[in-house]
Amino acid sequence: MSAVQAKRMRADPSLIVVPYRRVSVAALATNVVLVLLGCFFVLPMLWMIFASLDANPDWAIKLPSLTLTNFADVIGTAGALSSFRSSLILAGATTVITTVLAVLAAYPLSRMHIPFKRGFMLAILFASGLPVSMLVVPVYQLYVYLGWLDSLYTTALFLAASSLPFAIWLMKNFIDAVPAELEHAAAIDGAGTVRILRQVVLPLTVPGIAVTAIYTFINAWGAFIIPFVLNSNPDDQPGPVEIYNFMGSHGLFKFGDLAVFSLLFSLPVIVLYLFMSRYFSGAFSFSGAVRG
Amino acid sequence: MAVVAGLGPRLDRERFQWSSLAMLTPALALLGLLFVFPVLYAGYLGFTNLALVGARSRDYSFTGLDNVVRMLGDYVFVKSAWLTLIFVVGSAIVGQSVLGMALALLLRNAVVPIRLIVGSIVIVAWVLPEITVALVWYAFSQAGGTLSILLRHSDTNFLVVVPMLIVSLANLWRNVAFSMLVFSAGLRNLPTEVLEAAEVEGASVWRRYRQVILPLLKPTILTNLLLVTILNLSEFTLIYAMTQGGPGIETMTLPLYVYQEAFVFHQLGYGTAISLVLVLIGAVFSLLFVRAARSQA
Repeated sequence: MSAVQAKRMRADPSLIVVPYRRVSVAALATNVVLVLLGCFFVLPMLWMIFASLDANPDWAIKLPSLTLTNFADVIGTAGALSSFRSSLILAGATTVITTVLAVLAAYPLSRMHIPFKRGFMLAILFASGLPVSMLVVPVYQLYVYLGWLDSLYTTALFLAASSLPFAIWLMKNFIDAVPAELEHAAAIDGAGTVRILRQVVLPLTVPGIAVTAIYTFINAWGAFIIPFVLNSNPDDQPGPVEIYNFMGSHGLFKFGDLAVFSLLFSLPVIVLYLFMSRYFSGAFSFSGAVRG
Repeated sequence: MAVVAGLGPRLDRERFQWSSLAMLTPALALLGLLFVFPVLYAGYLGFTNLALVGARSRDYSFTGLDNVVRMLGDYVFVKSAWLTLIFVVGSAIVGQSVLGMALALLLRNAVVPIRLIVGSIVIVAWVLPEITVALVWYAFSQAGGTLSILLRHSDTNFLVVVPMLIVSLANLWRNVAFSMLVFSAGLRNLPTEVLEAAEVEGASVWRRYRQVILPLLKPTILTNLLLVTILNLSEFTLIYAMTQGGPGIETMTLPLYVYQEAFVFHQLGYGTAISLVLVLIGAVFSLLFVRAARSQA
């Protein structure tokens, strides 16, 4: 920036707002359009926040007559607490199974010589695109046969299986990005595969493991149709199913409770996303992935 | 590592190690039991008359193409397939890709606070559990809800009047962040020299976009279209929680129809057959996009 420009900036307060660019019509239009789009995205969410604090909420967004009774109501009910517990068990078990199996499988797929590896990775990618609606009937039949219905842990097992293909694919990409020289050095020093995995690879791929685990957890936390079909035990319904039932049974006159319930249920995944967003943006550069 | 594994035969070629099989086994076992087997089983069940309850739940049989014939004469299925196409093309292929691209481009040129705030809000909408999105959009579109007040029709329930439009908008609202992130990453990875050259040459914004950015982004666009199609084709929770497929069958897309046939009407065989059609539609779209990607490479 030249000295003249700097001087003009100091002189003209309107330019200080956007010091690195002259205010043009196009720039102004860009920002105005974005603010309008932002409103479109924020309005539906705002209802949930306002209604949760409102003593007399309805379907419209309005300034609440502030109260915390909705929160007290929901936190006081046994159903809400037990559904949080169920969601935690379901999503926790799914995340542990998926992440451990994905790390174990991704390492040899990234580093070792395996016959038909390329075909296998393509099959994995194809599998992660299959609709759950296709699997749900045969898995239901299988669960009837095995006597696995109505348990959170067996439900978690199927959630893990359905999220595993993408998790393996994601995890392999993360391990691919770690240089192999350190492992070669460790191998030359006499470390075995298990030791290399534990002491060299794992510490270097912690961000990748975290992203895979959090991604899996967020999906499992919101999973609806799988627990809806496989687990009909009324005592351990996870959050989404409980909220759905609540909407159907008395949602039409308990707006406040419904808003609180879904707000509290949404908070954990928002917090988790904030944790991983730092690492996450890199996962979206797959420009050439479709090319054969 | 293979180099030091032994001083035996050739050292210059990687060999298969049994430890790799040991590490793959747990994942393969789980995928085999709860993924590969169900997929194959679905391929069989889709051609049977299996029912959830009653005699046909134990004593079912292979019925050849009966389910396919039944589908062709089933007006609910035909309508359902049509609604699925509208949903995927309208909400996903056109809606999410165009709005996602617009957001990515606008955010690049916005001032920092607006970029951060609007970008985060769009992403929060995507991270929210689907059931929450269903609820807030249900509230948004009810009679007396925010939408009806904004449009000055406060006694109109838009979820009844234009149900397909509302669920498509809700789905667009929730999923557009994905395309936005894909396109933002694509734009970041463009070679800056080319963009600067076009700017120096005095090309207009529109021309720069049409003739420089868009062609360079083509692989990203095709990947985005493929992923967005596959992800949205099987959308169930959002639509089901908002409408259960109704009013009537106005929002009964194929995933909802599969659920209804299988678990409400107890027709597991027919339901599975419908889910196979869903897979077929996904495969056709994927093939088209992969072909387009190959032809320009």
